[in-house]
Amino acid sequence: MDAALAELEGASTVEFRARDLESWDSLLLAAFNAVAREAARLGLRVDVSALPDGMAPMLDMALAVAPSDQARGQHDEGFLEMIGGKVVAVPGITRNVLEFMGEVTQSLLRFCSGRASFSRRDLWNVFRECGADALPIVTLTSLLLGLILAFVSSMQLKLFGAEIYVASLVGVSMVRVMGPVLTGIVLAGRTGASFAAVIGSMQVNEEVDALTGFGISPMDFLVLPRVLGLAIMTPLLTIYSDIAGIAGGFLVGVLMLDITPAAYMDNALGFMKMSYVWIGLLHALVFGILISLCGCYQGIRSGRNAAAVGHATTAAVVNSIVGIIIATSVITIIFTVVDI
Amino acid sequence: MNSTIPSPSIQNRTETAVRADDVTVAYGSRIIQQGLDFRIGKGDIFVIMGGSGCGKSSLLRVLMGLNPPAHGTVWYGEKDFWGASAAERDAIMRRTGVMFQSGALWTSRTLAENVALPLEYYTDLSPRDIRELASLKLALVGLAGFEDFYPSEISCGMKKRAGLARALALDPDVVYFDEPSAGLDPVSAARLDELILQLRDTLGMTVVVVTHELASIFAIASNSVFLDAKTKTMIAGGNPHDLLRHGPDDVVEFLTRGKGHGHGGDK
Repeated sequence: MDAALAELEGASTVEFRARDLESWDSLLLAAFNAVAREAARLGLRVDVSALPDGMAPMLDMALAVAPSDQARGQHDEGFLEMIGGKVVAVPGITRNVLEFMGEVTQSLLRFCSGRASFSRRDLWNVFRECGADALPIVTLTSLLLGLILAFVSSMQLKLFGAEIYVASLVGVSMVRVMGPVLTGIVLAGRTGASFAAVIGSMQVNEEVDALTGFGISPMDFLVLPRVLGLAIMTPLLTIYSDIAGIAGGFLVGVLMLDITPAAYMDNALGFMKMSYVWIGLLHALVFGILISLCGCYQGIRSGRNAAAVGHATTAAVVNSIVGIIIATSVITIIFTVVDI
Repeated sequence: MNSTIPSPSIQNRTETAVRADDVTVAYGSRIIQQGLDFRIGKGDIFVIMGGSGCGKSSLLRVLMGLNPPAHGTVWYGEKDFWGASAAERDAIMRRTGVMFQSGALWTSRTLAENVALPLEYYTDLSPRDIRELASLKLALVGLAGFEDFYPSEISCGMKKRAGLARALALDPDVVYFDEPSAGLDPVSAARLDELILQLRDTLGMTVVVVTHELASIFAIASNSVFLDAKTKTMIAGGNPHDLLRHGPDDVVEFLTRGKGHGHGGDK
């Protein structure tokens, strides 16, 4: 079309002639519209009088309002541009995350000084949702993880005739790291995702604005009970997961490896140290805070459409799980260095 | 700008509830409206009007404290809203109610719980008193008996009325309405207008309404501003009946021909 228009050099009018056209549809009109717009842009007069009845008025209607100066051109993003865009976004995201952490901290301080309040029912809901409701899935996964650990380790330990050490191996690894990590991952998928989806939908529906409109801080009212709830429930759930895991190992030891129940428990508890339990619970506390922060951050920052809520939910789960792995590494390294 | 505002007598008669002083509304670098100067008197029903997409709702978000203005000052009485501390802002927002265009009810709570939430948050009333207050506010907007319904179980018009009941929960000084009659049939819309008038008269609230429904404008407005999308500023202000006689041509055309008239939102 550009080439055709270039040939119009010196012309003053663009005239459409299709008087005898019997039937037509929007596609033709769209083509005429594009030509007419371009002609109008070049300052040419557009004559639509020789178009079929009905077509001319519609074209007039389409041309009546000039395109908005705010219209956005379509633009395909190249590979480099995409990478560049992501890099450029990093400082902004970092600032947002730090800002969010700062707000949560402020909110926590307000809570500690008794000036922040939230609905007690919301806190109970978090307790129920991420505590009691998560029990079946935590039972199943922890029990199976205990079984797997016992099976795999027994294969190696059998070579040395040391099957009895399955008990301590399962016990220590469950309590110190596997229990908290497994609980963390289950909660990231269940609760972290639900936090992001709930707060994200509230964002879409202007419900968060409605809170702000009453002078109720969404940080105090939505984020704080979720962070507190999960920070309390994750360690509790971890203790439960530890017990279930050890029970799984116990089943394998007693039923398959012919270890007597008394010998199994003796070995399992003999190698246990209180410090392992504390380290495990520290993991759990960190994970709980991490998962709730990821979920709430993604929810609060969610865009105002359905796809954005989906994206927020995915990001919440992915960030939580990556965060759990990184936190575990950091804690493990620290405790290895200080030799606990 | 003041020269285009008729009837200065009305302008100075009452105390000021909210005042906009050279306010610019923008999203990033995209300016929506600029140079907005107007005052909303106590007990006024102040209408922000204009064609679709001229920035009425965006201005409302600035006035009610959800988005900061790009430039200028919003005064609540003697207090500079956006210059005040977060605690002072919360205190002002506690004294304002908002009815959002979609209702924006908290969907995981029943209607009674929606109205009760601000009361639970701010008062020490017993659960029984709160429940009774919530029932009263719902009854005021014609929703008696719907206390235990969830927002998803009621119609769009009922959601709007429930949103109004919630906005009234804390007996606010200023109530903001974003397109109260959009999506309502003419009878429901007229009833809502009557309700707004009644609430102003009985409770002495200041009411700020964003609308492009002519029927509403003439039925309730005691003062107004007209926002123009082309010049990105207010081109007139005052009582709509006066504007109809003395206003600029664009405003008269809007008020007589109903340009921009129709149902649905302008988002």
